[in-house]
Amino acid sequence: MTAATTASAARPISSVRLPGLAILLVLASAAVMAGLVLLPLFVVFHDAFAKGVGKYLDSIRDPDAISAIKLTLLVASIAVPLNAVFGVAAAWCIAKFEFRGKSALLTLIDLPFSMSPVVSGLVWVLLFGAQGWFGTWLIDHDVKIIFATTGLVLATILVTFPFVARELIPLMQDQGADEESAALTLGAGGFTTFFRITLPNIRWALLYGVLLCNARAMGEFGAVSVVSGHIRGLTTTLPLHVEVLYNDYDFVGAFAAASLLASLGLITLVLKTGLEWRHAGELAANRRH
Amino acid sequence: MTKLLPSRRAMMAGAVAAAPFLAGKAFADTAPITLLNVSYDPTRELYKDINTAFAAYWKGKTGQVLDIKQSHGGSGKQARAVIDGLQADVVTLALAGDIDEISERAKLLPANWQSRLPNNSTPYTSTIVFLVRKGNPKAIRDWADLVKPGVGVITPNPKTSGGARWAYLAAFAYGSKQGGAAGGKDYITKLFKNVPVLGAGARDATTTFAQRNIGDVLLSWENEAFLTIDEFGPNFEIVYPSSSILAEPPVALLDKNVDRHKTRTVATGYLNFLYSPAAQELIGKHHYRPRNPAAAAKYASGLKNIPMVTIDQAFGGWKKATATHFAEGALFDQIYKPA
Amino acid sequence: MTAQAILASPTKARRRPWVQHSILPGFGLSLGITLAYLGVIVVLPLVALAIRPWELGPAGVFHALAAPRVLAALKLSFGLSALAALLNAPLGVLLAWTLTRYQFPGRRILDALVDLPFALPTAVAGIALTAIYAPNGALGALAAKVGIKTAYSPLGIFIALVFIGLPFVVRSLQPVLQELDHEVEEAATTLGANSLQRAVRVILPALGPSLISGISLAFARAVGEYGSVVFIAGNLPGKTEIAPLLIVIKLESYDYAGAAAVGLAMVAISFGSLVAINGLQLMLARRGRA
Repeated sequence: MTAATTASAARPISSVRLPGLAILLVLASAAVMAGLVLLPLFVVFHDAFAKGVGKYLDSIRDPDAISAIKLTLLVASIAVPLNAVFGVAAAWCIAKFEFRGKSALLTLIDLPFSMSPVVSGLVWVLLFGAQGWFGTWLIDHDVKIIFATTGLVLATILVTFPFVARELIPLMQDQGADEESAALTLGAGGFTTFFRITLPNIRWALLYGVLLCNARAMGEFGAVSVVSGHIRGLTTTLPLHVEVLYNDYDFVGAFAAASLLASLGLITLVLKTGLEWRHAGELAANRRH
Repeated sequence: MTKLLPSRRAMMAGAVAAAPFLAGKAFADTAPITLLNVSYDPTRELYKDINTAFAAYWKGKTGQVLDIKQSHGGSGKQARAVIDGLQADVVTLALAGDIDEISERAKLLPANWQSRLPNNSTPYTSTIVFLVRKGNPKAIRDWADLVKPGVGVITPNPKTSGGARWAYLAAFAYGSKQGGAAGGKDYITKLFKNVPVLGAGARDATTTFAQRNIGDVLLSWENEAFLTIDEFGPNFEIVYPSSSILAEPPVALLDKNVDRHKTRTVATGYLNFLYSPAAQELIGKHHYRPRNPAAAAKYASGLKNIPMVTIDQAFGGWKKATATHFAEGALFDQIYKPA
Repeated sequence: MTAQAILASPTKARRRPWVQHSILPGFGLSLGITLAYLGVIVVLPLVALAIRPWELGPAGVFHALAAPRVLAALKLSFGLSALAALLNAPLGVLLAWTLTRYQFPGRRILDALVDLPFALPTAVAGIALTAIYAPNGALGALAAKVGIKTAYSPLGIFIALVFIGLPFVVRSLQPVLQELDHEVEEAATTLGANSLQRAVRVILPALGPSLISGISLAFARAVGEYGSVVFIAGNLPGKTEIAPLLIVIKLESYDYAGAAAVGLAMVAISFGSLVAINGLQLMLARRGRA
């Protein structure tokens, strides 16, 4: 989606004949970015260190913070690979084959983009909550989904569902099936062909999709908030921990946890930009939207 | 290499033999019993202290190590989570109506739960007071001052916050004292016209008032008002109105859950502990009103005695109050009908 | 697998008349994984969402959605999201244009940072924006001086929605601007009303489809947004209560069917508008080509 673009990688056209206008536009852009985008980032780090580095480190080393970090990593490490496998499978059948119902399938894959995160959490409550469709059965069999890690994973998966698929489908459609066909004709096996031909062709786009998916997975708030139960040190992910601390009036702690998440976002941006510079040709130009 | 083999085998054998013993010992020593207390918003600091005290008490009494987990949030939100399957052993919520909902909808405890512990299962009481800015610049002394033009009132949403329900009912009781039910409705309507931000829970509202500097008066739990002064510094003053409501935040054991977790003994012990002198002392320290006379007397100086209506006497109990005021389309929704 | 697969595929294709024959293997496996996963993660929950409201009966669902408070929340969410997406159009064109057309120090950093609203967790953005735009915050204090209320007003929600929508528009426009031909670029950089007019006349139609798709993505994201909005909105019913918050409040009042009804309506409206916008975009693209 924000999946971007060869644009930033290519060289800008620098034949600027009107420096006045150019400078004006650049300054205007910088002002928009500073006021709208950079200021929140600055506030997060400023407030996190408002009472010094010591207090900041204390907040991050707090056992509840550590367990929130661990839980966030755990949830992402389940949700992201699952969505990646799905993305590859979906891209494979959609990009390499012609079949009826394909556009319906594409539409369904895009559908989670038009769901509010709150709805993405609510649906799991409707299914697996004690008052939901499978609630009684789950309780009788002592299976915990909602208010446990599984529920957090499900909500996260639904929110980040289309990222990898949306990144791979246009790229694989562009690449066509010629290379794979050649390999198969030469006698290579199906899986060999996939791992030797297809995967190397899509690896950077796959990584790109995984990055976006991961950033969203670790930062998700609305959906997990509905299914978390907010048990300290047990079912609070890092974004929820931010809220908990905020409500504890521990503003330094809240912003310290937030700064971890913001750093994660920044790392994602660095990696993403790196991918765009080095492998622009192998990423999907976002043609489909 | 070959020489190593026998010793390795011996070690293996030893390990295998020791395993059940080690596992058993490890289990007794390091696997603590987990207890989940699902509570409302402003009790975070209170239960932090009580949990530490109870864990020490319980270890001394039984040798069992406890790991008490807490979840906090708006009272209605927390009850919803328990109804949806949040595996709480005990709930300590802002009002009996929310525990009634758990009993009714999820059948986790009997309908007569409130008679199982002393004092209607409420180990402490509290009330609703006004928190104003230093020097009380808008001269807010009583409920009548809240509906004056230009006064910003901060309170959470009564749909999701227990404290807000108590505050709403205290306000309604004041209004109806002036002019019956119509007076109550009239007063409430005017009051909420002066509310610029409606938080989800008590903490939300306090942050808006104290940290973001919005509004002139916060309708607050008494304990939360004192805590705000402790946390945010002396920029605030507490004002006791001429009358308020006796807030009774109850506690209950969720039978079905404790039986599933095999935690009935410790959960019962936990709730009984709330009535013990040690816990009552902590309750008083955190500016709640203890039931225990000694603790109450010790902390009485800070808390003013004002006339208080009760939920049963003024509103006929929570069931009726919820249906009249907070249910879908009831009085609170009618206030917000666009003019 | 190899030889057999190739040999077997024609028969397989005949067994599945809805699939065009291909010598590539793995169609069954990949489609199977796709459908199974899609079924569990998307379809099953959606079915639950679609069925749950009807326990109220058709009249009950209508009543739940037609309540003034619900209508006001939906209007607020969709209206402000549309406005925010529309403001993102000029901001996005400005940023995309500058980033693709001019070489200046810090350009790449600025370019990378465009995605920050996407990469920053929503709750973090919400708390930070509230701190900035509250009456005692850096920008909120400035606005308060001239008598404008930012945080806890529709304007505050609007700012949060502009924030989260920005990357979508910029990223949709950049590739197109990159490919726009040089003549347009010259026209744009030469002064003179005529060439500027020409530039507008040439550039805007070329940008049209991707601008629309960027706006629609920003809109879809904004409509459902919860974390970054809930802290800065005043949450007053009928005034600053957004639809996702209303869903949460209904859920917390044990009104599962009502919560599902509002959720379903939101999904239907935002999905419907995405489909409609896609149609519009296709139409524009065709006309552009013709």
